[in-house]
Order: sequence, then structure tokens, then C-alpha cells
Amino acid sequence: MSTTTDHSRAVADGAHSHSAGHGVVPVGSRAERLTSFDLADIPVPTGREEEWRFSPVARLQPLFSEDLGAAGVRTTVVPAPEVKVEIVGRDDARLGTTGKPGDRTAVTAWNAFREATVVTVPAEAVASDVTSVRVEGIAKDATALHLLVHAERHSEAVVVIDHLGDATLDETVEIVVDDGAHLTLVTVQDWADGAVHASSHRARLGRDAKLKHVLVTFGGDVVRVTPDATFTGEGGEVEMVGLYFADADQHQEHRLFVDHAVPRCKSRVTYKGALQGAGAHTVWVGDVLIQAKAEGTDTYELNRNLVLTDGARADSVPNLEIETGEIAGAGHASATGRFDDEQLFYLMARGIPEVDARRLVVRGFFAELIEEIGVDSVEERLLASIEAELEKSMSVITGVATREVDA
Amino acid sequence: MSTLEIRDLHVSVETKEGAKPILRGVDLTINSGETHAIMGPNGSGKSTLASALAGHPKYEVTSGTVTLDGEDVLQMSVDERARAGLFLAMQYPVEVPGVSVANFLRTAKTAIAGEAPALRTWGREVKQAMEHLRIDPAFAERSVNEGFSGGEKKRHEILQMELFAPRFAILDETDSGLDVDALRIVSEGVNRAKANTDVGVLLITHYTRILRYIKPDFVHVFVDGAIAEEGGPELAERLEEEGYDRFLTAATA
Ligand SMILES: Nc1ncnc2c1ncn2[C@@H]1O[C@H](COP(=O)(O)OP(=O)(O)OP(=O)(O)O)[C@@H](O)[C@H]1O
Ligand SMILES: [Mg+2]
Repeated sequence: MSTTTDHSRAVADGAHSHSAGHGVVPVGSRAERLTSFDLADIPVPTGREEEWRFSPVARLQPLFSEDLGAAGVRTTVVPAPEVKVEIVGRDDARLGTTGKPGDRTAVTAWNAFREATVVTVPAEAVASDVTSVRVEGIAKDATALHLLVHAERHSEAVVVIDHLGDATLDETVEIVVDDGAHLTLVTVQDWADGAVHASSHRARLGRDAKLKHVLVTFGGDVVRVTPDATFTGEGGEVEMVGLYFADADQHQEHRLFVDHAVPRCKSRVTYKGALQGAGAHTVWVGDVLIQAKAEGTDTYELNRNLVLTDGARADSVPNLEIETGEIAGAGHASATGRFDDEQLFYLMARGIPEVDARRLVVRGFFAELIEEIGVDSVEERLLASIEAELEKSMSVITGVATREVDA
Repeated sequence: MSTLEIRDLHVSVETKEGAKPILRGVDLTINSGETHAIMGPNGSGKSTLASALAGHPKYEVTSGTVTLDGEDVLQMSVDERARAGLFLAMQYPVEVPGVSVANFLRTAKTAIAGEAPALRTWGREVKQAMEHLRIDPAFAERSVNEGFSGGEKKRHEILQMELFAPRFAILDETDSGLDVDALRIVSEGVNRAKANTDVGVLLITHYTRILRYIKPDFVHVFVDGAIAEEGGPELAERLEEEGYDRFLTAATA
């Protein structure tokens, strides 16, 4: 028996808790989704497929091609002293262990790369510093990139992957967290305006392994990231935290999938986004599958969107499938709201100028989430980036205000 | 000495069906140090007057004037009014998630005073004001009004009145929903502000019980968007006994 929910374009506050046992047939169950290493199995999408229905497939077209090069980005790794970095051939046995590609861009990325960058945190090592992976766009040629971040048993590390510049990039990030290891992986999409980026994150967690997956998207023309996490041993814990800020005509899509394949694992998903400007579009899809044997699962996912101006659109689809009655807890919440003018009035009635009041409200919206990240350097950068984004909308707002006064 | 002067104020509220006139010619003059109570039945327009004075965008002034020491208040934006010395304690204070009370108070004080308050003295001042109002110090780190009980929200409003030291404070049903102890604590806060800063107070209420703690100099009866009768504190007592029937008949006749 299983339960599934699908809320597209949630507009009001909706919080749900689930108990298993309602005999609802899952629509497009994640368990049945085709995954494959073989290009022929996953054709070029038309845009009508479930996993592409929100995406601007025309703008992603270059990444559907089988001919992806390697020259569009420069990757620089600055490892913590305890951490090892290698460049390996595609035949390296450590690659491809985190699951098969689940969509067209993932399968083209897998088939195109020749060399991969492997970052290893050795067993029991505790990294004394952040390991930084910088992916810089240097040319617009459609490019494939493959990274593997491997935290061996009982190790601890923070790895930050930074994307900047302009690029057309199809990326795979494999994440292996062995038994008892604690890994924080941060991916920041801070691209220049024209960048087109698809990225498949595939994580595999061992027994008592802990992954904190932090995703931040600010820049780019189209960014589509699909983080998957699969538990392979009991006691695993994954925390997914996401923050995005879309401007006019930007498309930012985050589709995540947590596969509770074994008992007694825990997942927490918290994604928050702000949108401003005509044509800003964000998509959040949160698939969580609790398989029949995954007793004692504890999961909660939440997505909130704050629409700052007219003409922006946020799609939010939490999707929880429960195949067992023996769960510890399962729930989700999704809400998309407009900027609250009453909050603005309250703050301004205390003497705070409009620009500062707006800034306070938006910062407040993201505040808790940023605290959850727990990596100081990343938190500071985020606050600065949010400021920069707000700076843009403020100029729009003050522009509008002046025009109204003039009229 | 400051004067807030409201002359023949007409205000409409924006509704889906178009502009709806609520205030029909309000005249009121408040000087520093004076306390004016406004009493009137539900829906008579008391909150509308408060919101219009604060500059809420939903309320449109269709005619009349409001001046603060001769300055045209109606030309000022919401934040300018607050910086000019107007303060509105709201009937339903708004929750602002993710913005801590401490951060909010400091930001507002900075805006109103035109410069950041001295770190050390400000901390002490806030702490003491919170103590006086029996607000747990832990509230400083909580989000503004979020999850506050009705009474806690009202105390937080008066905390701001004390800290921001406005020239005129409009208290919209600050007494509603308070138990006896909270009512006394809040009233003491208002009286402290009066003693310390000579603030002029416009006190909107349904009940005379708050007027036992905060002595009004004038009582105005508000009916159907205008002041129907004015008098001293004794008028409040009469209203308590007789209700508003006398005015309602007059207004509908
Ligand atoms: N936003 C609005 N949309 C429609 N009608 C409104 C709006 N705001 C106020 N009104 C109407 O204006 C009238 C006056 O409302 P107001 O809130 O000022 O009354 P009040 O005297 O404060 O009442 P109470 O004692 O219940 O607080 C009421 O009839 C109310 O329904
Ligand atoms: Mg009212």
C-alpha cells in the first residue's frame, strides 16, 4: 500500500502529515522511474515528460547532445591538508557507484566525460579546513564535468563546490559517504547571466553516515539541479538545505529525491527561494520514497517561496510516497506567498525606510535557513549575495516609486 | 510643546467594490502631555483614524488636514511620520519572521533618532524597559511578534513606545485581551512614557477600566466616522453605564 501526494503550484500555506495505509495508487512513482547508464535508454525530452514539464527544454538543448566537450570550464581544487585530490580516467572503478543517471542531461554527462576529479577524505581523517572546488566557466562550448567526493568511513569534512563565470555545463557530482562519516557538501551556483547548467548529484550513504547537502543558486540563465540521496545502511541521516534567488527571466529548478531504501534513516529537506522580476521562474520538486522495508523512517520536507514582485512564478511540488506503515514520522509543507505589505507597513511605522524594511523582511525569510548551514565562510558569502540581489530589486522598487510620485 | 491637529478629516478605505467612505469629518487637537480617550462602538472608524494617521496605504484621505506643529503629516511617507514623532501601537501587531526583537528595536531606534544608539547604554535601556514591562529577556532573540500571545504583543508595542519616545502615541485598543495584571503593567508603561517625555496620547478603547490607570484629560465619543460628543473623564463613566445607544439613535435618525 502506498500514499502519494502531489501539490503543484501550492499557493497557500499547506502543511501535511502522513500516516500510511491509504490505498492511493502512486502516480509516476519514483520507484518505477527509469534509470540507466545507456544513452539509448533515455531519449531527448520533448518537455512533456513529468521530469521536464516545468523546464525550458529549448534553452537546455545543448546539454541533451551526445557531443559534450571538456574545455568550457576550468576546475581548481584547493584541498584541506588531510584531503586527497586525483584526476582519474573514466574507467576508474570508484566511479559510477552512486546510482544510474535518471534523466537526459545526467546520462549525456555520464557518457561524455573522459577524466574525473576525485576528492577523497581518508578514513578517520577530520579535515581541518574547507576543501574548495572552483568550477569556472571559460568558454560557452557545451561541456561535461564529473566529480566524485568520497568521505571514507568515520571521516569528517566540508567540501564547497563553487560555480562561476559563464558556461554551458552538464555536471555529475557523485557523493559517497561511507559508514560513520560526516560530510557537508555545499554547491553554489553563482554563475554570470548567460550560463546554462544541469547538474546531477547522486549521493550514497552508508551505515550511520551523515550528509549535509547545501545548495545555493543565484546566477545563470537556466540552472537545473537534481540531488538524489540513497540510504544503504541503517542510521543514515541526510539534511538537504537549499536557498535560491531568481531574477527576471531566470529559470532555477531543483528536483530532489531521497530514497529511504533501508530502515531507521532520517531525512530533512528545507528549501527556500525568493523571486523578483518578470519571467523569474523557480521549480522545486521534492520526491521522498519510503520503501516497504524502510521501517522507522523519519522524514520531513519543506519548501517556501517568497514572491517579491509581479510576473514571477514559483512551482512547488512535494511528493511523498510511503510503502510501509511502520514509520517514525513523515510530513511535508509547501507554501508560496507574496511579499507581505502589512509587514512592510509595520516596520515603516517604526521609522524604518522602505528599502531597509524590505531588506529586513527578506533577510528574515532566509535567516533560519542560513543558520542551519553551519559553515561560517559560506554563511557570510550568502548574506553578501542576498544583499547584492536585494540591491537589484531595490533599484526597481525605488524606480517605480518615483514614477508614481511623478504621475 | 507640540500639537497634533486633525481638521475635517475624511477617509475612505480601499475595498474590492471600490472606495468606501469611513471617516466623515474628524476634528481633534492634541497637545503634548494631554491624554485623549476615544471610545465608540465596533466599526465606527477608530482603527481607521489610527491607520490613516500612520499612513497605511489602504486608507485614502479624501479631504481634510493633519498637521504636526504646522507640518503637513499627510504629505509624509509612513516612515517619515514615525521619524517626525508619531507612534501607533496597533490593535493587531504584525509578525515579522526571522527578524529578532533586538535587531528590530535597534534598527527602528537608529532610524528614528537619525543615528545608532550608543551600544552600552542602549543595551541597558532595552533590558530595563523589558524588565519594567515583565517581558522575559529571551524575547530579545525571538522573531518580532511571532508566536507572541495577545498580551505579549501589546506589551511589545508599549516597549517600543517607551524606547522610541514619540511626541504623539496612538494606542489602538492596547487594553483589549489583557488580564488585570497585564493591564496594570501596560498602563504603568504608558504613564512612565508620559512622565518621562510629555508624550501626547490618543487612547482608543472600549472599556473604562484602563482609564482608571491612565487618566484621560478628554473623552471623545466616536460614532459613524466622526466625533459625536466630547467631555472630561466623567463622560467615560456615563458611557460605561448607558452604552452608545443614545448616539446610535441620533446617528441613524
Ligand atoms: N480594509 C477594509 N475593507 C473593507 N472595509 C473596511 C476595511 N477597513 C475597515 N473597514 C470598515 O470600516 C469600518 C470601520 O472600521 P474600523 O476598523 O476603523 O472600526 P473600529 O472602530 O476600529 O472598530 P473596532 O472597535 O471593532 O476595532 C468598518 O465598517 C469596517 O468594516
Ligand atoms: Mg479597531
